[in-house]
Amino acid sequence: MKFKTFAAFVGPSVFMMILFIAAPLISVFIQSFQVTQPILQQVEVETCTPGFLTQTCTTEIKTVPILGEDGKTMTQTSWVGLQSYKNVLQMDKVWAAIGNGSWNEIMQIDFWKALRFTLSFTLLTLPLVVGVGLAIALAVNNAARAIRGPIIFISLLPFIITPVIGSLSIYWLFVGDGILTAMMERWTGTNISMFAQAWTIELLMYFYRVWHVAPFAFVIFYAGLQTVNMDTLESAVIDGASRWERLRHVIVPHLMPLIIFIALIHLMDCYRVFEEIVGFRSQAHVISLQWLTYDFMTPDDAGNRAISRASASAMLTMIGIVFLLILPLRRTWRDHKGSAH
Amino acid sequence: MFLKRIALAGAVSLMGSAAFAACSYENEVPLKSLSAGFEAWKAVTDAMGECGNFQAELDQEFRTKQPAAFEANPSLYQIGGVSNGTITPLLNAGTIRPLDDLVAKYGQNLSPNQLIRINGEIMAVAMMVNTQHLMYRSDILADLGIETPTTWDEVFAAADKIQEAGVVDYPLGATMKSGWNLAQEFVNMYPGHGGKFFNDDNTTAVNSDAGLAALATMKKAMAYTDPEVLVSDSTYVQQQFQQGKIAMANLWASRAGAMNDEAESQVVGKVAMSAAPRAVADGAPATTLWWDGIVIAKNITDEEADAAFRLAMEGLDKEMVESANDAAIWLVNGYSPTDIAKGAIETATANPAPPAYPSTTQMGLLHTALGNVLPSFLTGEQDAAATLAAIEEAYTTSAKEAGVLK
Repeated sequence: MKFKTFAAFVGPSVFMMILFIAAPLISVFIQSFQVTQPILQQVEVETCTPGFLTQTCTTEIKTVPILGEDGKTMTQTSWVGLQSYKNVLQMDKVWAAIGNGSWNEIMQIDFWKALRFTLSFTLLTLPLVVGVGLAIALAVNNAARAIRGPIIFISLLPFIITPVIGSLSIYWLFVGDGILTAMMERWTGTNISMFAQAWTIELLMYFYRVWHVAPFAFVIFYAGLQTVNMDTLESAVIDGASRWERLRHVIVPHLMPLIIFIALIHLMDCYRVFEEIVGFRSQAHVISLQWLTYDFMTPDDAGNRAISRASASAMLTMIGIVFLLILPLRRTWRDHKGSAH
Repeated sequence: MFLKRIALAGAVSLMGSAAFAACSYENEVPLKSLSAGFEAWKAVTDAMGECGNFQAELDQEFRTKQPAAFEANPSLYQIGGVSNGTITPLLNAGTIRPLDDLVAKYGQNLSPNQLIRINGEIMAVAMMVNTQHLMYRSDILADLGIETPTTWDEVFAAADKIQEAGVVDYPLGATMKSGWNLAQEFVNMYPGHGGKFFNDDNTTAVNSDAGLAALATMKKAMAYTDPEVLVSDSTYVQQQFQQGKIAMANLWASRAGAMNDEAESQVVGKVAMSAAPRAVADGAPATTLWWDGIVIAKNITDEEADAAFRLAMEGLDKEMVESANDAAIWLVNGYSPTDIAKGAIETATANPAPPAYPSTTQMGLLHTALGNVLPSFLTGEQDAAATLAAIEEAYTTSAKEAGVLK
């Protein structure tokens, strides 16, 4: 292809990628080394507020920002090096905790608490999603042709539901005396509170994520199963290979590139786990890295936002994803190079 | 809750086209408002909608949207609903306008008590007061022969008896959802134990004996609440009451009306209100006083501001209050306090009186720090002393980043 034609095809997407991916990333990267503060002054303010019948007026010294001539808050931006990263990571406390041998103390630091959950969430759901996805695909593939359509349709439903809505539904099914909790209470005869301790919440989160993502794995695997070489399968049957052996030695190796693909997508998606935290209101027990960034960004009642720490936390999340993806990406790259020759 | 809010906002925004029912004039200027979504705001914006050309957005997350929306030029909303907690960023950024001339023009029916003056200028018009106070099942307390508790010790004693009698699932309800709600519980309890939040140099003073006492009281309450209390917000506690699952709670006065809503509540007429319990016998009720009211954006034309204020006055008139008397503790003329208001009035007029919520830049930062750190104490991961130290540290970090501390 001529370079000009190539450029004409690729140009628009490169432009979009620079505009919507590279530029924000660079700006976040820069902001993570900066702190922007309003210029504050201390002034005496008299405030009169209503009681039920009469007003009370109080005079106090308040710290308020100075407004510039354009009516906007005056701010100053300064370079602070790695300070925001230090504030997020709190390495001094981590080392002290390691010195004490106290895992619990490390888990009191938001970032490490979030990292612990994010990693276990990502790594535990990965094999489950691949396994359940493959199981559904095999089941559908072996089902009678007449009922295949409806089965595919039903198995895809969880994937269509918007994540926030899905997690809220699970929350409502289980919180307090929700339908499912009430049912479990009837079976077991004990009082069950799914949202009172961390491990039950985490369990629900794993369950929800696998339920939600497995259909995606299923669709991909199902497509892959249509291309399995029937000759190889038949010769395996003639050689007396059992169902399990055929699966292990013929089908799974054939699907391996797809498994890697699913793993890549799943790692990227899961590391940004957020909806479950908000939907399940699990902040007291379980938080994720993405939620931490969001929490820094959210303004409080007085309008303060921790933009610098949010940027640092976002950069750290990205670094985490890159680390996670190195392994499967290396494998894909090797396969790619292998097949090129 | 999410869906309900969205549905509510959608329903109300349709009202712009509703018939001009009981408005004394016809509004010609297109106007929009952003406010919280509880019952009182619904009544006020409904009344404003009667004049036409008006869209109301009722959103419990208004606090995160309002500062940015008002900073736009022209402002995205002409009318804002604020509380004393959320007016601070608007004042700090100078995005709301002084109302003195407009009050002189349209505010004949306002009482001086309603005018929020900052350095002498009227910056907001209050419409109601709000506070967290004790709500209890009067039938249960009467059956068990329990006097209305006035201190937290008495609340716990009563809770013991109710638990023993086993008449409800949990004796106590509490708005302890981690984050803002949980922090607010501490903000109620801590001054009740005589604590002050800040030193003169803007460092925080919560790491103190009063802090320890406040934490101890909160922990003690957890023995009587739903084990899932760390996910329960005001709406959740309100529903627990309505479904007869709890017997007592220190809950917002703005939720009192819902107890007698026959469409939702199974305990109509059985919930009584009294002053917020005191943390120490001779102290103030362990709660804070709030007001809700309206502000007018600065970045709009004077004509729009004129029309917006006139419309707001129409929303805050006697007719509205008479039709929604029990939706809030109104400050508007024409309000006649009923039994539902008893607790809030007792709280506000107590001697010594509880403090108003101390809304400042520092308090915003401390509130966030409290909301993020307190859960680890209540789940038992940290002891009280370590929790207070962690709160102090979290506040110091964010105060330095915000430029409040050097």
